[in-house]
Amino acid sequence: MAGESTMKIISIAAAALLLVTATSAMSQQKAKIDPAKVDAAVKGALVAFPAPPEVWQPRLTPDETMKVCAASHNNPSKAQFAAIEKREKAAIEYPADGKFIGDWKKGEAVAQNGYGMRFTDYPPARANGGNCYACHQLSKAEVSYGTIGPSLLGYGKLRDFKEAEVKTAYEKIYNSHATFPCSLMPRFGTNKILTMDQMKDLVALLMSPDSPVNK
Amino acid sequence: MKLARIMLLAVGMAAAVSLTAAAQDADTEKGIEKYRQMLREDPWSNPGLLDADRGETLWKTPRGPNKVSLEKCDLGKGPGKVDGAFAEMPRFFADAGRVMDLEARLLWCQEKLQGFAHADLIKRPHPGGGQPVKDTGALATYVASKSSGMKLSAKFAHPKEKESVALGEELFNRRSGPFDFACATCHAEAGKRIRLQPLGFLASPEGAKKVVGEWPAYRVSTTNVMTMQHRLVDCYWQMRLPEPEMGSELTVALISFLTKQASGGQISAPGLKR
Repeated sequence: MAGESTMKIISIAAAALLLVTATSAMSQQKAKIDPAKVDAAVKGALVAFPAPPEVWQPRLTPDETMKVCAASHNNPSKAQFAAIEKREKAAIEYPADGKFIGDWKKGEAVAQNGYGMRFTDYPPARANGGNCYACHQLSKAEVSYGTIGPSLLGYGKLRDFKEAEVKTAYEKIYNSHATFPCSLMPRFGTNKILTMDQMKDLVALLMSPDSPVNK
Repeated sequence: MKLARIMLLAVGMAAAVSLTAAAQDADTEKGIEKYRQMLREDPWSNPGLLDADRGETLWKTPRGPNKVSLEKCDLGKGPGKVDGAFAEMPRFFADAGRVMDLEARLLWCQEKLQGFAHADLIKRPHPGGGQPVKDTGALATYVASKSSGMKLSAKFAHPKEKESVALGEELFNRRSGPFDFACATCHAEAGKRIRLQPLGFLASPEGAKKVVGEWPAYRVSTTNVMTMQHRLVDCYWQMRLPEPEMGSELTVALISFLTKQASGGQISAPGLKR
């Protein structure tokens, strides 16, 4: 018991000493974290995962665009903005047949579906969803929509269903950072979340005059 | 008596929230708010208190290969001192040489005092929907309830504590995974929601103060108590990232950051959530 209380006194003294050094050294600024330390913490904690490492490991490390977006709290400088725009635009693949518009009915199902890529979704039981309604208002009929993204109600109508807007809509879905660097939206094409056909169906949902989005 | 009252209110709550379509989430939220009001009038009616009671029994019962209770477990205020201990966590523990939140510390005590194997403690550490919270979670619910009514007042003065907060902030903003999500994707603006579910504005102290002190909480949608470590697992699931290990440096750092953000906020644990 005597040993224990001595130990306690020593550790209190040590803690007090650390505290004094800490306050003098660190009162001016917040503790800075070495990026390698952050990576190590992630790799150390995110191990329990029931899928092949080649599928999972790359997703743990942010790419250059994500690094800039995180560091700037999604407010990139002008130069960073331009660099991201260029890099992400180059990461877009276009349909070989040049057709961007699919089936809006299938697009509505993709927009409603939130399945896929969560750690309980492996091996995949069905196609991934886009989960658009989680963040966007899209149609009048669906009142359960999120507000992290802007409302897309009347998207095509507001753009007079212009041909150029069809391509832009495809690009936004494929890689949102190509048109809006540090957007909060997933890069559905570049990150291989949705298939090209699914993305075309979403373009139809946004741009077809008969889609519920434009009614 | 207490149990009867809880059962009665649970039935009332189920009626209040058992609505059909997703479109009625707003009504669900109203139902829960009504129930929260009932809880304020009668704090003994929170079903989570049953788990706090179970946690108290677990705390005092000799368990594990060493057949000892946790009554010598030092949660930072001295061996066996439970009252107010949660309010000052996460904190640096010299014996472990690292910062620990409540649950990481409970893992440590079960391992070091009772002789449980760490690997067993962190294997499937959280309950599925409808299942009662596991033993470590029940212990956490008990200990947290003994700080209810106090303010979150972890000091974050030790260099390791500051480092944990800074690491947590980095992780909060880190964008990764196939969806490029960070905690900040959903929790860096006021008044946002996913579908109809309101999101905590955790990037701001005001927003964090409103919600952080409510964990561990009884969750109406899963009818069990969910701890903060479990809540983070749910976030990582939704973010399309791997499941974080319970009590890891990563989860503790995020909890340090959130607790720092919420510093001075009221503890009302176990809370009640949708």
